[in-house]
Amino acid sequence: MTFDMSQFLVTFYEESFEGLDIMETELLALDVGEADLETINTIFRAAHSIKGGSGTFGLNDVATFTHVMETLLDEMRDGKRDVTQEGVNILLESVDVLREMLSTLQAEEELDVERIAIVKQKLDNLLAGDSTEAASPIVEEQPSVAENNITDTQTMDTSTAGSSGWVINFKPHVGMLQTGNDPVRMFRELSTLGDFSAELDTSNLPEFLLMEPENSALSWVLTLKGDIPKSEIEEVFDWVEDDCDLTITAITSSFPADEEIAEAEIISETEEPKPIKEVPVETPIPQAADSATSEKPEAKAKRKVTTEASSIRVSIDKVDELINMVGELVITQSMLSQLGEEEEFGEEHLEKLKNGLMQLERNTREMQENVMRIRMLPISFVFQRFPRLVHDLSGKLDKKIELVLSGESTELDKTVMEKIGDPLVHLVRNSLDHGIESPEVRLAAGKPETGEIHLNAFHEGGNIVIEITDDGAGLNLEKILSKAKSSGIVGENDKLVDEDIADLIFRPGFSTADVVSDVSGRGVGMDVVRRNIRALGGTVDVKTKAGEGSVFTIRLPLTLAILDGQSIVVGDEVYIVPLVAIVESIQVDTSLVNGITGQAEVYRLRDEYIPIVKLCDIFNVKPLHDNMEDGLLVVVEAEGKKVALLVDDLLGQQQVVIKSLETNFKSIEGISGATILGDGTVALILDVTGLITISKQNTKAGNSKTPTSVAA
Amino acid sequence: MASAEQNLAVEATNKNVQLEQSIIGNSELGEDTQQFLTFILAGQEYGVDILRVQEIKGWDAVTQVPNTPEYVRGVINLRGTIVPIIDLRIRFSMEQLEYGPTTVVIVLKVMSGDDSSRIMGIVVDGVSDVYNVKNDEIKAAPDFGEGVDSSFVSGLATVEEKMVIILDIDHMLNSDELAKVNKISDGE
Repeated sequence: MTFDMSQFLVTFYEESFEGLDIMETELLALDVGEADLETINTIFRAAHSIKGGSGTFGLNDVATFTHVMETLLDEMRDGKRDVTQEGVNILLESVDVLREMLSTLQAEEELDVERIAIVKQKLDNLLAGDSTEAASPIVEEQPSVAENNITDTQTMDTSTAGSSGWVINFKPHVGMLQTGNDPVRMFRELSTLGDFSAELDTSNLPEFLLMEPENSALSWVLTLKGDIPKSEIEEVFDWVEDDCDLTITAITSSFPADEEIAEAEIISETEEPKPIKEVPVETPIPQAADSATSEKPEAKAKRKVTTEASSIRVSIDKVDELINMVGELVITQSMLSQLGEEEEFGEEHLEKLKNGLMQLERNTREMQENVMRIRMLPISFVFQRFPRLVHDLSGKLDKKIELVLSGESTELDKTVMEKIGDPLVHLVRNSLDHGIESPEVRLAAGKPETGEIHLNAFHEGGNIVIEITDDGAGLNLEKILSKAKSSGIVGENDKLVDEDIADLIFRPGFSTADVVSDVSGRGVGMDVVRRNIRALGGTVDVKTKAGEGSVFTIRLPLTLAILDGQSIVVGDEVYIVPLVAIVESIQVDTSLVNGITGQAEVYRLRDEYIPIVKLCDIFNVKPLHDNMEDGLLVVVEAEGKKVALLVDDLLGQQQVVIKSLETNFKSIEGISGATILGDGTVALILDVTGLITISKQNTKAGNSKTPTSVAA
Repeated sequence: MASAEQNLAVEATNKNVQLEQSIIGNSELGEDTQQFLTFILAGQEYGVDILRVQEIKGWDAVTQVPNTPEYVRGVINLRGTIVPIIDLRIRFSMEQLEYGPTTVVIVLKVMSGDDSSRIMGIVVDGVSDVYNVKNDEIKAAPDFGEGVDSSFVSGLATVEEKMVIILDIDHMLNSDELAKVNKISDGE
C-alpha cells in the first residue's frame, strides 16, 4: 500500500474496542433458548466490523479469529443453531481473547498464540458439532474454516522457518483493471520485499483485433525470493483478493510436509479436529516471539508512545453549545472594543463598560464550564464492565447475585473515570467475595437466596458520589478489632466507635487476607483502594451493619482540572482551601478554646469538640497575629472528621486551575497542588485529608518537635 | 525600590543579550567541544551545560513550600508551570548572602533517571560568561577526602587561567529530598 494506513489504525482500535464492549453487553443480555434476533444482529454487526477492519489493516490473526465467531453468529441469526449457554460462554471468552489480541497488537507485542488457538478450537468444535440442522449448511462453511487454519499455520511456519521464498500464481479476473488496480504497481511493491522475478503467461491473450484494452487477459507466475512472511505478500494483494485467482506457495524444503499437514487438516477437520491444530501451533511460538522481539525493539518503543494519545467522543450538542457561546463572546468583545474607540468617555460609557465586563465574565464562566463538560463522560463507561464481572465471579463462587445499576448517566471527568475503574472493581469483587453469603447461609438467616449488589452514582455538591451497597453479612467488627489489637494497630484499651473499627480495614496493616479470618476477609488491598482514591482527591468510607450488609461510599471531585477554592492568609502566604471541604468559618472566642493536657487544643463548637490545627505551626510560617482571637477558624471536614484550621484572614472565593507540584518537584504532605493567582504568583492548595493526618501525628508526638525555622 | 528592580531587569536583559551573542558567535563548534554557562557563587566560578539552560531571570518573590529542606526557597510561576527554586549557597552549605541586584535564577532542565525531565531554578550570585571547553580539557575532580562531597562535580576545567567547576546538575538536583518520589501505584 502506498499511503500511510497507520493514521486510521488508532480509530480502528478505538472502534473495535467499542464493538467488543457492545458484543459483551449484548451477549450478557442474550436470553438463552429464545434469543432476540435484534440482539444477535447487533453482536453480529460488531463482529463483522472488527473482521472487516482487521482485514484491511492486515491483522490476519484477528480477522481469521473473528471470522469463526461470525460464522457461529450467522448460524444463530439464521436460526440454524440454538443459542445455548455454552455458546454464549464461548463467545464471551472469544470476546476476551479478541480484546487481548487487539490490545497486544496495539502495544506491538507478541500474541498469546496458545490461548487464541485454544479458544478458536472451542469455537471450531462448537461449529463442527451439534448444529440443530443437518450437515448441509455447515459443510459449506467447513472449508472456509479449514482454509483459515491453513493460512494460520503457514503464516506462522514461514515467518520463522526461514523459507527461501514464494511462488505466486496470479491470474487477474477479466474486470480487475477496471477497478483501478494496476498489477505493475503491485509488482513494484512486491519487488521491495525481496528478490522478485515474474513470468508472463500470454496464452489467453486474444488476437489484436479482438482485444479489449480494459480487460485483463494476462496471468503471471511470480517468484519472490527471500525470508518474507506470507502476510506481507497477502497484504499487497489485499485490494484485489476478490478480483483474481491467487495462490501463494512457499518454496521451502519443508514445504511438502507442510502441505501434508494442511491436507490432513482439511480431511480430519470435519471429524476430529482437536489434535491436528496443536501440532503446527505449538512448536513455532517461542521462535516467533524471539525473532520478533530481537528484531526491532526500537520501533516498538516508538509506537507505544503514539498509541497512548487517547481521544474522546463528544456529543454534537455539546459542541453546538460551545459554538453558540463563542458567538456570544465575539459579540461581547466587539461591544467592548467599540466602547474603547469612543473619543470621549462619559458617565454613560462607564455604565456600558461595567455591563460589558459583567457579560464577559458570564460568558467566560459559561465557556469554562462547557469546555470542562467536554471531558465529562457518563459513568456507565465504568459501570458496564460490572455485569460481566458479577456474572463470572458469582458462577465461580457458587453464589446467586443480582447486580443493580443506577445513576449510570452521572457524568464525571475522563481522567477520574480512567483511574476509578480499578478501585471500583476491587470493592465490587470484595462485596461479592466476602460480603454476600452463600445461598444456604442466606436462606438460614432468613434472607432471599439471591444477594444484591447495588452500584449507584449521583452528584452531591461539587462531588460525584459512588455507592456500592451489598445486602450481605456486613463486616465482622469484633474480629477486626481483636485482630487490630493483636497486631498492635490499636492499643489494648483504646475505645473505638463502630465507624472507627470499620475504618481499620483501610489500614495498610490489614491488607492481607489472613489478618482477618476468611469468614470476613475484607481488607485485601483496601489500603491501595483508599490510596488511589485519595490520589484523585477523593475519599472512601464504609458503613456496615451486622447481618444487613455494608455500604462503601466513594466521593470524588468532578474534575481534576479546576477547583472552587477559598483563599486564606497565613503570615505572608496565601493558600487555597477547597470549598467543598469547608463547613463554616468562625471568629475565635477564646473562652471556647480548651487545652488538652497542654499539647493540643480543641474548640467547642455548639455540642462538638473540634481539634484546632494551627497552620502557621504546620507550615512554619510566622503568623500575622500572635493572639488567637485575632485570627479566624475555618472548620473543614474530610472523611467524616472535622478540624478547625487557624488562619490569619480570609480572602475571596474563586475558581482556580490546579497545577501539579509533582511535574517539576515532588508531592508535599498536606498540599494537594498549586495554582496561579490573578497577580501571577503561586498559591498552594491545601489537602485537608493530609492536614488532618499531620495534625494527628503532631499531637501524638506531643508537639515535642519545635518547628525548625526557615530563613525568610 | 521600583527603580532598583528596573535596573536589575535592565541589567539582566543586557547580560542575556551579551550571552546570546556569545552563544551565536560560537555556534560553529567541533564535536569534541562543549559550551558551558558559568556563574559565580562565593567568588568561585561554576559551569553548567548550556544546552540545559532554559532561561536566566532576576530574583523575584517565591511562594514558600512547607516541610521542604531549607535550600528549597519555594516555587514560582514560569509561564503557567510551577517551578521549584533551589538556593545553591544553602545547598552547598555556604554562608548565606542577602540577595542583591546581580542575584539571578538560572532555570535548568534536569533529567531524571527514567527519561523524564523537570524544570528547576537555581539561585546564584550572578552569571559570568559562556565558555567553549574541549572535552579533553576537562579534568576529573580530585578526591577531596571524606570531608567534602564532590559527587556533584563532574569535572574541573581551566579557562583563561581560571578554574571552573563543572557541575553535574542531574545528580545535584535529583539527590536527597529533591528525589522524585515514585508515583502512587495504580494498585494493579
